[in-house]
Amino acid sequence: MEAVTAHALRRRFGSVEALAGVDLAIPAGSVHGLLGPNGAGKTTLVRILTTLLRATDGTATVAGFDVRREPDRVRAHIGLVGQHAAVDEILSGRQNLEMFGRLYHLGRVAARARADALLAEFGLADTGTRAVSTYSGGMRRRLDLAASLITAPPVLFLDEPTTGLDPRSRGEVWDAVRALVAGGTTVLLTTQYLEEVDRLADQVTVIDHGRVIATGTPSALKGQLGGDRIDVVVADLVDLPATAALLARITGDTPDTDEDHRRVGVAVTDRMAALTATVRALADSGIAVDDVTLRRPTLDEVFLHLTATDSNSDAEKVTA
Amino acid sequence: MNRLRWAFADGATLTRRDLDHWARQPAQVVIGLLFPVMIVLMFGYLLGGGMTVPGGSGAAGYREFLIPGTLALTMVFGLEGTFQAIKTDVSRGVTDRFRSMPMASSAVVVGRSVADLLNAVVSLSVLALSGLAIGWRWHSGLAAALAAFGLLLLLRFAMLWIGIYLGLVVRGEGALVAVQILVWPLGFLSNTFAAPSTMPGWLGTIAEWNPLSSTVGAARELFGNPGWGGDSWVAQHAILMAVVWPVLLIAVFFPLSVARYRNLDR
Ligand SMILES: Nc1ncnc2c1ncn2[C@@H]1O[C@H](COP(=O)(O)OP(=O)(O)O)[C@@H](O)[C@H]1O
Ligand SMILES: [Mg+2]
Repeated sequence: MEAVTAHALRRRFGSVEALAGVDLAIPAGSVHGLLGPNGAGKTTLVRILTTLLRATDGTATVAGFDVRREPDRVRAHIGLVGQHAAVDEILSGRQNLEMFGRLYHLGRVAARARADALLAEFGLADTGTRAVSTYSGGMRRRLDLAASLITAPPVLFLDEPTTGLDPRSRGEVWDAVRALVAGGTTVLLTTQYLEEVDRLADQVTVIDHGRVIATGTPSALKGQLGGDRIDVVVADLVDLPATAALLARITGDTPDTDEDHRRVGVAVTDRMAALTATVRALADSGIAVDDVTLRRPTLDEVFLHLTATDSNSDAEKVTA
Repeated sequence: MNRLRWAFADGATLTRRDLDHWARQPAQVVIGLLFPVMIVLMFGYLLGGGMTVPGGSGAAGYREFLIPGTLALTMVFGLEGTFQAIKTDVSRGVTDRFRSMPMASSAVVVGRSVADLLNAVVSLSVLALSGLAIGWRWHSGLAAALAAFGLLLLLRFAMLWIGIYLGLVVRGEGALVAVQILVWPLGFLSNTFAAPSTMPGWLGTIAEWNPLSSTVGAARELFGNPGWGGDSWVAQHAILMAVVWPVLLIAVFFPLSVARYRNLDR
């Protein structure tokens, strides 16, 4: 069953088309990464799916309920961690969790017990009575996450949950997300970090300028650059153009050159054959090389490639 | 029926939240309560010596005259507190969290209203007691005095809805200062400290038609304290206008706020 669906979702703000027809299908129990640069439309999509904002056009369901027609039922099935830690700064961590628990209609005793359990689970037991204004960024984020898990919602939305966090706090948030998923929660996670979707997501949707420009598993997306890549680092910069020509002849593709690192790289299809041919051709030509590597592309490269193609031709849409 | 019960429960939870704020920041609460008392002392003793009021005699008369005005002014300044509370929640994303939860959508405003009106009651009590200590009295019986307090709270309730609306609409860091700059002239361009008849023509007219002036005039009338009088229609019908103005403001800002809350765009 799909926990989240979107069909031809659009949202306009005046002349800005924040979402220009987005389709999405997230199977229950999976982690879906929504990847895109600043201003891509990630927050707008999350706000529509969490009933905070109306779509200009298109339909969406969450946990089987239409976000527009049954907002109350959607709200009863979701947790939202927005871009800013949405907690009361004056109250303590425990008071926050108790208050939200009461608003989820837990009884007084149950709300207190749940608050204590969550504080312990998120490593905030010792600081539970301190005002949130004294918390670090990571602690606030964890409290924020705890607050959205009070009723263990089946679908959780995380909008850039680790932006602005130090690496350690980021790791803590990742661990928390993994634990949730092990418990069967469906997670939609937006991020600008490729590493994050690489580590957490089963499926990734890349959006830019309000459009889906790619969707697939993180490894399938990496495969989209034409599978593996060969990088050649030459000893002398003057050999760079000759090396590029040589790689172009072997692969039939235009290599990327990086003068700063004296490097030429190109995507290859038949990895071993290409590698052998490259090494042989380099030896024949007498070009001195420092390094030849065969590797999988990083998601960063995929992302740059995808967003670059997107701004070149708006209509292009790749699916892995 | 169940819905209504939850609406009460959720409103109560958010009222409780404000009471918890007071408990955690008692110094701020005390400062907030003492500010109007300071105004009374300042005007009553520093500036009041040179003022004469029709129907009152000397400095003591001016203090009799001063209390109803300060009570009403405190209600108007309460707008800033409401505004600040609402705006903080909006900018921190707390309002979005509330809106994404299966709670009664009325709870935010119910909680705000109850907490702010409680605060207003405490504020009025502190100021009235201070007034009694420096010689202010009501002269027309307890029922009339209670009616005056009722009108003061009605004004606060109207300010509450303006504050909620502005808190939902206004963006940016300098917003509180902007609202303060708006509120002060509203507070002083009135009959609170000076007679509108002594102001330049059109300013005097604005001051007379200021909703605050109506509540101040009505409170002076009901307490039996000295006032400026005035021949204009608004001045003659202060009690009526002290009801009409707040009701009008609520009729405008209540639906605006509700619509805005439902469609809050970040
Ligand atoms: N309330 C709004 N009013 C006007 N423009 C908006 C509003 N919200 C978002 N936008 C615009 O829509 C686009 C997408 O924004 P957003 O969804 O916040 O992107 P992201 O979360 O990916 O950074 C941006 O160009 C942004 O400026
Ligand atoms: Mg965003």
